[in-house]
Amino acid sequence: MASPIRASVTVARLSEVVHPGVVTTPVTRRRRLPPALLIGATIVAILLVTAALAQVIAPFPFDQMHIRDRFAPPSLHYLAGTDEYGRDVFSRLLIGSQLSLLLGVTATLISMGIGVPLGLLAGYRRGLTDEVVMRVLDIMMAFPPIMLVLLILAVTPPSLMKTAFAIGILSAPPIGRVTRSVTLDLMSGEFMEAARARGERLWYVLARELLPNVWPVLMVEASLRVVFAVLLGAVLSFLGFGVQPPAADWGLMISNGRAFVEMAPWISLAPGIAMSITVIGISLLGDGLREVLDPRLGGRR
Amino acid sequence: MTSYALRRLGTVAFILIVMSLLVFLATHALPSNTAALILGQYSTPETQAALEHKLGLDLPLPVQYWHWASGLLRGDLGQSLVMERPVAPMLWDAFGRSAVLAVCAMAVVSTLGVAMGVVAAVWRGRWPDHSVSVFAYLGISVPEFYWGLVLILLFGSTFHLLPTSGSGDLRDGLASFCSFLVLPVITLTLTLLAHVSRLTRSSMAEELDSMYVKVARARGLPERVVIIRHALRNALVPAITVLAQDFGFLIGGIVAIETIFAYPGLGRLLIFALQRQDLPLMQAAILVLTAVYCLANLTADLLYGVANPRIRYGGAVE
Repeated sequence: MASPIRASVTVARLSEVVHPGVVTTPVTRRRRLPPALLIGATIVAILLVTAALAQVIAPFPFDQMHIRDRFAPPSLHYLAGTDEYGRDVFSRLLIGSQLSLLLGVTATLISMGIGVPLGLLAGYRRGLTDEVVMRVLDIMMAFPPIMLVLLILAVTPPSLMKTAFAIGILSAPPIGRVTRSVTLDLMSGEFMEAARARGERLWYVLARELLPNVWPVLMVEASLRVVFAVLLGAVLSFLGFGVQPPAADWGLMISNGRAFVEMAPWISLAPGIAMSITVIGISLLGDGLREVLDPRLGGRR
Repeated sequence: MTSYALRRLGTVAFILIVMSLLVFLATHALPSNTAALILGQYSTPETQAALEHKLGLDLPLPVQYWHWASGLLRGDLGQSLVMERPVAPMLWDAFGRSAVLAVCAMAVVSTLGVAMGVVAAVWRGRWPDHSVSVFAYLGISVPEFYWGLVLILLFGSTFHLLPTSGSGDLRDGLASFCSFLVLPVITLTLTLLAHVSRLTRSSMAEELDSMYVKVARARGLPERVVIIRHALRNALVPAITVLAQDFGFLIGGIVAIETIFAYPGLGRLLIFALQRQDLPLMQAAILVLTAVYCLANLTADLLYGVANPRIRYGGAVE
């Protein structure tokens, strides 16, 4: 039933909440892609291309100062205006998108590198392994997230990779939990019985039997985590504990523009708009993926 | 339930102990030299060594930890290095200000969030629903401090309506005190609204589809009564627990928001301490924030049990 209600609701769904009243399991499986997925994928694709080609597209080098054109408002020459040093804000936005995406992806990869093996192992072994892993993850989640990151970043000189690492550790427990719960669901599958009957080794079962089946749900969770990393990374650079100047980081640009917000609001506003487009794009992509892949919404794989 | 609560309290204590160890070790890994920081530019290695001896900084780490931790338990939070004042009064003053901010934000978020969720659920799939969704999406698509900046630009710079930095004093009257709170509270609300309104919407939608609502309608009760007295009452249970959880998120958000509005609360004090490497202040602020966060999470879990007796703790949770 691809009723208009359902189609329009999917556009506006937040990743965290499913709507029990609205979503219906279709009797005949339609291969129609949800609009959220299409819009999200388009935005993300454009972002990836512009980030990859940022150095080529950018009209100016991101750190080139035009002393005569300080605080120039947006115009055809400077698409998003210039900042207090006369640097082209648009070029900095483009370079900044590389930093944001790099941070988001690296942090997420780190969290998956920690969370996925733990989750698979806990779900497969159950018993004591499960108990120990889940306790550790619970304790990790009980710490106030921003305190831990600030503590790590405050005691050591900040860098992009360190920020990514700190955020990656924060995101590992939720990834581990999702992996475990999906693994537990999969355990009753016939393919697992077959693998056990064949006497496969542990790593083979985890990597070749379970992982490919956990993957779809992980993709959805990963999109959430990328968004989380991008936003938290911006907060950290804003507070001065993330990427350091003169890097063209979005959070840093917003923070720097703060002093001139009355006379040159574009310095701060432009990176915020870029960030919200990024976040909305990735969230929509995640929601769309969930729609297509999540076993709770569609039929089982 | 009681044993569960006690066990959870034990976990909170455990986490505080681990956090105190982490904070202690991390601050001792700091590149800054405490004695040099206190003595300033005219210090010599000899005077530094003498002061380190006087402060006990040359003792072995476990002994130092013991001195520090037992001091904490006696309520002695030490002396701020940069401000040269005892930490405790500063901390409680900042704590009070942050608490005012947090409580106001929670009050606004809960009323507005629930109201928006109900509106979205009642007019499901129509424009009120979509507007609520778009609003919620926008709220969480940028980091919280960005909204702070936009609000400063709108209300402070353009219209000069509200103060954009600092905090008011109650002695100047309630109106002035509140005027300083308006923008930070709106900013916090924007970032938290999405969670509450979405959850209220989905639980409300579930209740509206249930049998007892159909029965109430069939009995000819006015729609207003059906929605408020019947459905909302049950839909509120999950909303309440989400609110308690959000209180934890709020503590994270408060750090950035207090910084952008120069609001002299706990978050700003923490950032100040981190930037100036004021160890005692940093340690105390992190521990207090951790304690508040853990207690908020504990409250959320316990409320969940009280509001929903079907959940049994400690048993199989699969």
